[in-house]
Amino acid sequence: MMIRKPSDLRYSDVTPRQVYLNRRRFLGAAPVALGALLGSRAAQATTKLANVTKSSYTVDDKVTPLDVITHYNNFYEFGTDKEDPSRNAQNFRTSPWMVKVEGEVAKPKVLDLDALMKLAPLEERIYRHRCVEAWSIVVPWIGYPLSALLKEVEPTSKAKFVAFESYYDRKQMPQGTWAGIQFPYIEGLRLDEAMNPLALLAVGLYGETLPPQDGAPFRLVVPWKYGFKSIKSIVKIKLVEKMPPTTWNLSAPQEYGFYSNVNPEVDHPRWSQAKERRLGEFLKRNTLKFNGYGEQVASLYTGMDLRKNY
Amino acid sequence: MKKVLSNRWTKVVLFILCLVPLTWLGWRAYKQDLTANPIEYITHFTGDWTIRFLLITLAVTPLRKLFNQPQLARFRRMLGLFAFFYGCLHLMTWLGLDKFFDLSEMWKDVIKRRFITAGMTAFLLMLPLAITSTAGWVRRLGFIRWQRLHRLIYFSALAGVVHYYWLVKSDVRLPLMYGAIWAVLMCYRLGVWFRARPHAQTRRVTIPSTASLPD
Repeated sequence: MMIRKPSDLRYSDVTPRQVYLNRRRFLGAAPVALGALLGSRAAQATTKLANVTKSSYTVDDKVTPLDVITHYNNFYEFGTDKEDPSRNAQNFRTSPWMVKVEGEVAKPKVLDLDALMKLAPLEERIYRHRCVEAWSIVVPWIGYPLSALLKEVEPTSKAKFVAFESYYDRKQMPQGTWAGIQFPYIEGLRLDEAMNPLALLAVGLYGETLPPQDGAPFRLVVPWKYGFKSIKSIVKIKLVEKMPPTTWNLSAPQEYGFYSNVNPEVDHPRWSQAKERRLGEFLKRNTLKFNGYGEQVASLYTGMDLRKNY
Repeated sequence: MKKVLSNRWTKVVLFILCLVPLTWLGWRAYKQDLTANPIEYITHFTGDWTIRFLLITLAVTPLRKLFNQPQLARFRRMLGLFAFFYGCLHLMTWLGLDKFFDLSEMWKDVIKRRFITAGMTAFLLMLPLAITSTAGWVRRLGFIRWQRLHRLIYFSALAGVVHYYWLVKSDVRLPLMYGAIWAVLMCYRLGVWFRARPHAQTRRVTIPSTASLPD
């Protein structure tokens, strides 16, 4: 077996996700598993994204391994265990895909995946991602600013908030029935938050299109807020006048607010937010206010009591 | 069945069986296969097995009576001690790997966060039971008092279930299932107690041997 130097390794050299995913079953029942793998792999492989430029909106933190990013997911439509989505989302159909952009806009649009991919130049941005459960990862996302899409549809003067909705199909997501939260998953941002250059619409990570368990094919990434604000597999974006309802807030209003900015000073009722465990690290690290993005976003909240507006 | 249950080797086999979860955890650790968040995985795994062993222990008496297998009582103490053992591992994982033995942080959490309050309650309720699990302690306390003390396991198991229920964010299926099992096991005891009550005056007082202690 030839052993390459690390610099020679390409994404194409990485063990295919399906093979990795089924590695234990593979050992147990190789012939059967092999057949299943060959059958499902072709449809599922993520594809490499071309013409991606490096963005200056990038942190120097060590990037979390792809294996972790794809096997530790909160995507309750596919089950509530962290490893459930990596198992249950593999056959998720992400094509054809349509995203409606509507509401208080001059030019409402329905965009297919092709149009979404071409809407703006793709950038790679390495962002910190902090979950409300006090763990964090660092992800090399690929996408473009949400503002690029919003400018295309021309929000009217009435538009004050942006409401997002995820895809939900009970047949494809049977595990979601028992998740204990309402679907379709909904989220929202204030318009000025949505227009902040850090708010990203992602179509890929680690150089390829998004794996299904990470919110394929089209998701939001808001790095200064807790992870659940970064809604996955978006099918609808609606500009509205009033603050829209959000899934976790509907489920437990005293635990999850509309803003949900990362804030070590404001505890979640059930756990402290002062520290976090970066996956792969043993000791916990201190959580940074706005997840370390204060310079870019703190001004959005001047004069607001962040304890009340948690 | 009776022969198997009274065989001295059965207890050894059961002891080894009770160590299977720990061995499985050790094996996965050796294979570096404890998920992307090993500390969380170990915490959940040991917590799960603590509740399971508490419920298994609580099931011994109903099974013994329903199937008329008095020999089952031989295993109850060991099962209870295994609940305590996994509970200790669970507490130490949290205290060591999550709080890094920062006791002031720990107490802050115990007071402030209700799911931790419940979990700590469950553990502290197990503590006197583990200490007084020996035959010597049964003698010292007298059987009636010892038996009363050991009814704390009902509340320990309940606190454990509540701890789990308050921990999960929205998918409460597993904690509810454990809660239902707890409720069934308690209903059985209530039923036995109600049936026994009218005859309370005529009931014979017997001094049971340690091998068949009722609870």
